[in-house]
This record gives sequence, structure tokens and C-alpha cells, in this order.
Amino acid sequence: MPLLHFQAQSYECTGNETVLESLTKQGVPIPSSCRSGVCQTCLMRAVSGAAPVAAQAGLKPTLAVQGYFLACLCKPQQDMEIALAGEDVAPRTPATVVAKQRLNADTLRLSLRCHHPFDYYAGQFAHLVRPDGLVRSYSLASPPDKAGGIEFHVRHLHDGAMSNWIHEALQPGDTVEVAGPYGNCFYTPGAAERNLLLIGTGSGLAPLFGIVTDALRQNHFGAIHLYHGSRKPGGLYLVDELRRLAAAHSNFHYVPCVSAEAQEGFRCGRAAEVALTDSKELKGSIVYLCGHPEMVKVTKKRVFLAGVSMRDIYADPFVLSPSA
Amino acid sequence: MSLYEQLGGETAVNAAVDIFYRKVLADDRISAFFEDVDMERQAASQKAFLTYAFGGPNHYSGKEMRAAHAHLVAHGLNNDHFNAVAGHLQATLQELNAPPELIAQVMAIAASTHDDVLNL
Repeated sequence: MPLLHFQAQSYECTGNETVLESLTKQGVPIPSSCRSGVCQTCLMRAVSGAAPVAAQAGLKPTLAVQGYFLACLCKPQQDMEIALAGEDVAPRTPATVVAKQRLNADTLRLSLRCHHPFDYYAGQFAHLVRPDGLVRSYSLASPPDKAGGIEFHVRHLHDGAMSNWIHEALQPGDTVEVAGPYGNCFYTPGAAERNLLLIGTGSGLAPLFGIVTDALRQNHFGAIHLYHGSRKPGGLYLVDELRRLAAAHSNFHYVPCVSAEAQEGFRCGRAAEVALTDSKELKGSIVYLCGHPEMVKVTKKRVFLAGVSMRDIYADPFVLSPSA
Repeated sequence: MSLYEQLGGETAVNAAVDIFYRKVLADDRISAFFEDVDMERQAASQKAFLTYAFGGPNHYSGKEMRAAHAHLVAHGLNNDHFNAVAGHLQATLQELNAPPELIAQVMAIAASTHDDVLNL
């Protein structure tokens, strides 16, 4: 009889019972509604032990690869350690600063080396914890490497308690804590022929840069279009690196956009506007949107209305924390 | 064969949900009720509703239907809006080439939610 380990307790799952039935019967309330695999209210996550594939029907691939499953469909075949979808079960690791590299006037690349293995998908985000406990989220801008190296793009915000500290005080050799990963905005294999459209503003480039790098590494051969926007050219970054990447990969197209003034070498207009003007046929594309929350919200609706399936839209709005 | 099976089951619901939701969002008469709502959660609700209307497996109660729409009724959701959504459901089924007699059955199930949706 499989055992369910949930919130420091163990529960037996008898006969042909689902996880939802079993836990409910044993007095553990799990949010649920349709109980037939449709509404996804009872979304849970296998922390260890694989979730049966049948219990992942209808989930986005980014949820399925992270072990999410529907409790109402899940008949465990083996012991499982499970958590509610919103529960924070992310591991933490100390990480040492390797380098700080300036990317433009107010953004730097922070490279860290994790002390313990830290698994993630490029494009997800992590919590960076300052020694006094202050926590902020930053996107993981590079695919995982074997040595535990991770990279964040940190924009210096006026009144930003964490970004001030990272830009001005944090030094190579210092140690911080990293928790994660979180988020569902990343590349999954299995659709290498499909077109990818990525639109980002400001440091919304960080997850998109990670996703593009990951997709190219995994030999994605559908067209990849990346639109990065800022008001002025100085607000963009990694321009040369991305142009070199585009020159090296015939299926990767990089379009830097500036909205305040026309500039040679840059498209004039907001990134989302330029992207939607360029994209004649969006049906069948996979879309990633990161950065300014209003841009993300409006563009999500527009690409959906233009024919992109809801399950193919990945979004990461960058909501700023109130200043300390 | 049940109505749900005749319509094509979960595959039919999956095909219908994007088309239906797109019609609803593009309709200025009702799109305001769908603004400021997380689009993915909204799509999941639409899928649950379509499964119910297609005669599929569900455990929905009128009580839940009332609770889910109470805040919209407070913001003016009325009979015209209900009819607009019903019209989009019908158009979605027509677009998917569902036979008229099955469409009629779906519309009857949808109509049965009228009083609960509008909290009457």
C-alpha cells in the first residue's frame, strides 16, 4: 500500500483511491472542485517520487516536468512525498559571488557559485537572501552548469534596498543565500520545430536570454524571435552578444527596439508593438513575455486573441517590491 | 453514448476552450468582466464550465456557481451579458461543426445555469 508523505505526516493510500480521496477521507482538506481532472484546483506537486503520467493530463509541460499533478486523478503506484501547489518546498543553498559585470548604466550581471547542487530551468527565478534576511526575486539568466554557476541580471533601482546593496556593497568572495527555483516560464523539449516568440522589456531580458540559450543548446530548429525593448539604446544590454548569437544561428533572430527616438541599428517602437507588427501568423507559436507588468498583461491578451493557445503562453511580470 | 462522448469528450473541450474564451474576450459588451483576472485561472474555469455544458464529468453545484459569480453580479452582470456568453458558446460549437441536435442539448444545459450565474 503506497504511503503519502505530506506536511510531515504519513497517510496510507488504499486500494484504488486517488490522492484527493485518500487525504480527504483522512481529514486532510485539499482544495478541490470538479474532482474530474478539469478545473485543476487540486494541483499538487511530487517533491520526491514520480507522479503518474495519467495524473498530469492537461497540465502545461513546464508544470509536468516539475512533478506537478492533479490529486483527483492521481492513483499512486509507489510512495510519494507531496506538497500543495503553492507550498514553498524550494531548497536553499549558500552561494558565493564570483563576479559582477556591468551590462549597461544601471544593470549588472551577478555571477554566483552555489555550494550545493541547485537544479533549475533557465528562465525560472530564485530568491536571493541577504545576510540580514531581506529577500528579492531574480530570474536565472543562464542554463544550469555542472559547477553550480548561476547568473542574475540586476537592475539598479532608485530606492531599491537589495539592488543598491548588490550594486554598491556586495563583492566577489561574499556569500549570500539562494532559494528556489520558482516559476513556470522556461523552455521544455518536445516541440523543437515550433516557432518561439520572446518579448521582454528592461531586465525582462534575463529569463528570455536564459530561455534562448537553453533552446539553442537543445537544438531547437523552429524560428526563434527575440524582441527586447527599452526607451533608449542605453537601456538595452547584451546587444553585441545577441547579435553574434543571431549571426551564428540562422533560426535565431534578435530585434532590439527603442521607443523614445529613432536610432540606426534599432527598430523604433515598443518591443511588443514591433513584434506584433512583424508577426503575420502567430497560430502555433510558443510565446514568452517578461518584464513590465502592463506590457505582459496587454500582450498576453493580444497574442491569445491573435490565435496563440493559452497553454503556449508563458509570462513573467516583473512586479517591483515596495522600497524599504 | 452520452452527450459528452458524442461531442468528442475532453478533446472537444480542449478544442472549444480557446475558441470560446477568445470570443468572450473580444466582445466589448462583456470583456470588462474578464479584465484583471488571471487569464490562466480564467481559462481553467472556462474549461470546467464547458465540460459541464458538454455533459461531461463534473461535481459542480449551483452553490459554487452562485459564489463564483456573486462579485460580477455586484458589478452589474445581467441577463444581456448572460445571453452574450451563451451566444459565444453556440457560435463556438458551430465553428467546431457540432451537429445542431447536440448544440441544442448543450445550450439547454447552459441555460439551466442562468439563475445561479445571475444569483437570482
